[in-house]
This record gives sequence, structure tokens and C-alpha cells, in this order.
Amino acid sequence: MEYLEKLVTYFQNYAFVRYAFIVGLLIALCSSLLGVTLVLKRFSFIGDGLSHVAFGAMAVAAVTGLTNRMWIVLPVTLLSAVLLLRTGQHTRIKGDAAVAMISVGALAVGYMLMNLFPTSSNISGDVCSTLFGSTSILTLRGVDVALCAVMAIIVIAVFLLFYHKIFAVTFDESFCAATGIRANLYNLLIAVITAVIIVVAMNLVGSLLISALIIFPALSAMRVFRSFRSVIICSSVISVVCAGMGIILSILFSTPVGSTIVTADLLVFLIFWGISFVTERRAS
Amino acid sequence: MSTQLRCVNASLGYEDGIVAEDISFEVQEGNYLCILGENGSGKSTLMKAILGLRAPVRGEIEWCGVGAKEIGYLPQQTVVQKDFPASVREIVRSGCIAKMGLRPFYNADEKQLAESTMQQLGIDGIAGRCYRDLSGGQQQRVLLARALCATRKMLLLDEPVTGLDPRAQMELYELIARLNQEGITIIMVSHDVRAAVEYASHILHIGSRRQLFFGTVEDYRSSRVGQSFLAVQGGAEDGIS
Repeated sequence: MEYLEKLVTYFQNYAFVRYAFIVGLLIALCSSLLGVTLVLKRFSFIGDGLSHVAFGAMAVAAVTGLTNRMWIVLPVTLLSAVLLLRTGQHTRIKGDAAVAMISVGALAVGYMLMNLFPTSSNISGDVCSTLFGSTSILTLRGVDVALCAVMAIIVIAVFLLFYHKIFAVTFDESFCAATGIRANLYNLLIAVITAVIIVVAMNLVGSLLISALIIFPALSAMRVFRSFRSVIICSSVISVVCAGMGIILSILFSTPVGSTIVTADLLVFLIFWGISFVTERRAS
Repeated sequence: MSTQLRCVNASLGYEDGIVAEDISFEVQEGNYLCILGENGSGKSTLMKAILGLRAPVRGEIEWCGVGAKEIGYLPQQTVVQKDFPASVREIVRSGCIAKMGLRPFYNADEKQLAESTMQQLGIDGIAGRCYRDLSGGQQQRVLLARALCATRKMLLLDEPVTGLDPRAQMELYELIARLNQEGITIIMVSHDVRAAVEYASHILHIGSRRQLFFGTVEDYRSSRVGQSFLAVQGGAEDGIS
């Protein structure tokens, strides 16, 4: 009861809590949509690499002192997404190496820049919140919230409009290419949406934990559900519920938002893994 | 009968070298062409060239009256598919994607086409099952149904019986032969010479880098190439006379 009251006061009195909650749920929803595709296409590594690039770009943006960092982070991440997809297509190993290079390089350069040109006295705090999103979701202003919401809605709309094509390209690229569908164009679309998701989700969980937000709900849903549509629906429900719970718990117990959400995702994954283990035992 | 595909002196390959040279053949409407060859003889490269995914280095591959969206393709299974959470119905329907253009959802005709195709191939009973839980033979039927949703003119099959047990192989060959009798042109890549001479109407045999034979099955049986390969794969009892 005491917790509930505390929660109600927070939501009634502080606009930023309401913003954080709405944006958090929207981000969670759109980040879970492409998870299945990324996992199945073995594109998870691109998501991981991109999140590090986004960190580097964020550092550059912080140094330049722009008021809205999104204007640097988004184009840089989009460009990297396209480049990573290109290298990844020729050979797997080259793609992996390229991702490793780009992501570690971006991390190093980003951290160095933040140290060389500190914008506040608390450098390690800045770095930490960029990496783990510890407080950034609660410091969002109205403009950021609107921007995040618009991008999240665009991602969801694009996904719904191209749902069947994304399914077909994920399941069998060569069939699509052979029957006159421009599979590469859809791969590009997937990479671009991933980049947008990562930039948006950085606000919620920070750049290091984004992959978890994208991949965990999809992996959990794939344990139990057996059609593409049910997996997508289940993973978005998991993602939204975990994000909601995570945000509420982090407000109540003053834990970092990002890691609370990801821990919730991890717990759900373990539960689903247990369920699949039991049902498969019974089936055999 | 009209010519649907004509390949004239085509040389195929990648940047680092030619895989197969001077390939020439023709496919008429209703033909059942089997492309034979050992591993690495350029069969898959030829398939890609036929599909228009990789242009020949020299020579020409020409389609007559068959558009890119009128080819059904049964690719080799990929690693991704083995673990894919998708129902049979979802996969079969995805064969209609090319017809949709920018329309985001399937219309009633396309859904109906998927259902009737599943009935035709005897997989309507498992429409709700998950693809990864099916046997190899059932999986191939699902992919065949998807290809049939894309077209009724021509099917290209890339080693369709690989990994199936003998019974499932037989059933799949019979099924493909039935589709051919209904008027669908078949082009199949295979290394199963015995099945090829049993079911196909034409044979294209590619050796290392060059074309060994193209013609009807009857001619193939009496050719030196055909006889030697049949003897090798068919076991000692056939012998070379």
C-alpha cells in the first residue's frame, strides 16, 4: 500500500516520470519487434556493434555541445548500419571483424573525447549514464519525449506495413531474390530500423544494454511459441511488461532504470526457458 | 510448345575464375530438365545465373515469356530455417509476396491460393504446425507449396531430395513428376543420375568446367557420358557394355 501511494504521488506530481513511463513503453515495444528477425538472420552482432557506434557518436555530440544530440547520433548510426550490412554480406568473418573493430574503436574514441573535453565535472557519471542509461530516461525534456515517441511510432508503423515482407526475407532470402523481390532493399530497411531503434533505446537503457532489450524478449518468445506471428506478439508483450515493471521498480527502490529492465527481461527468459524445458520433456 | 529459356554459350563464374564454360541448352514449355554434375561443377552457379542473381561472364541466358515473378524456386535449406518459429501456413502464404507489390497484407485470393495449394500437396492437415517440428520430407513439401503459390509456370529446384530418407525421396520425386504432368516446367539441379533418367525429359550434364551433354533422356541413355555415369552410380550390375 505504501509503495502504491508513493507511485501514485510520483505519477501525479512529476511530469518527467509520466514522460519516462510512456517513452519507456514505446521504446520497449518497437525494440522487441525486430528482435526475432535480428536473432534469426544472425544479425544480432550488428545491433551490438551499432550500439557502440551510437556511444561514440553520443560522445562526439556531447563535446560539440549541441543541444539536441540526436542530430549527430542518428545519422552516424544509420550510416554505420548500412556499412556493417555491406561488409557482413560478403563473408561472415570479415563482417564479424569489422563489427569488432568499429564497436571497440567507437568505445575508445568516445571515452577519450569525453575525458579530453569534459562538459561537466563528473566525467565517470556521464560515461556511466551513457553506457547504462542510469538516469537519462528521467532527465528527458518534452522535446526529447516527442521525438522519441514519433520515432517509435514510425518504427512500429513501418514494421506493420512491411510485416509479411520482413517475414519472407528473414525466412528465406534466396527465395525472395529469385522470385523478383528486392531482398537487399529489405535487408537495408531492417538495418535502418535497427539503427533508429538503437538511437531511441539509448535513452532508456544506455548503449551497452540495448542488445539485451532487442534480443531477450525475442529469445524468450521463441522458446515457447511456434509461429512467427505469435512469437512477435509474445515478445512485444514481454518487452512492454518488463519495461513497465522495470521503470516502476526503479522508481520505488531507486535502482538504475536500464539494468532493472534488462534484469526483468533476463528473469522472464529464464522462466520461459524453464517452461520449454518442462514441455519438451513431457513431449518426448 | 514454346521455348521458355534459352542459354547460349554461357560462361559462368565469380571474380576469381570461371566455374563452367560454354553452357548451351533450351527449355521448352512443359519440359523436365535435370541438371547433373558433381559437387563443384558449377551447378549452383548455373542456377543463380538462371534465376538472374548472377549474370554470366560471357554468353547469354534469355527468358521468353516468363517474367522474374513467374518462377517458383525451391532453394537448398539454410541453417536459419532449421530453427525458425513459423507455421506451415505462414510459410506457404509467403510465396504470394511477389504478387503483392506494395500492398501490406494478403488478400482473399492469395489466402485461398495458399489453402488450395496445401491441399494439393497433402499438407493442409499440418497447416498450423511449426515448420521446425516437421520431417524433412514435409518441410520440402511446404517449400514446394510456397513455390507453387509464386507461380504455375516454372519451378526451379536445387537438390530437393538432399537429406531425405529413401522413401521421402521417392515421394518427392513422384510429386514433382505429377506437377510436371500438369504442365509445369521443371528445372532441377541434382547429382542423382538414376532418378534423373527415370523422371526427367531432358538432361544437362556438366563436368569439370564444361558441358558434357545436353539432350533428351533417351539420347542420354545411349550416350557415352550417360552410360558411364549410370554405371558408376547404378552399381556393378548394369556394367558398361
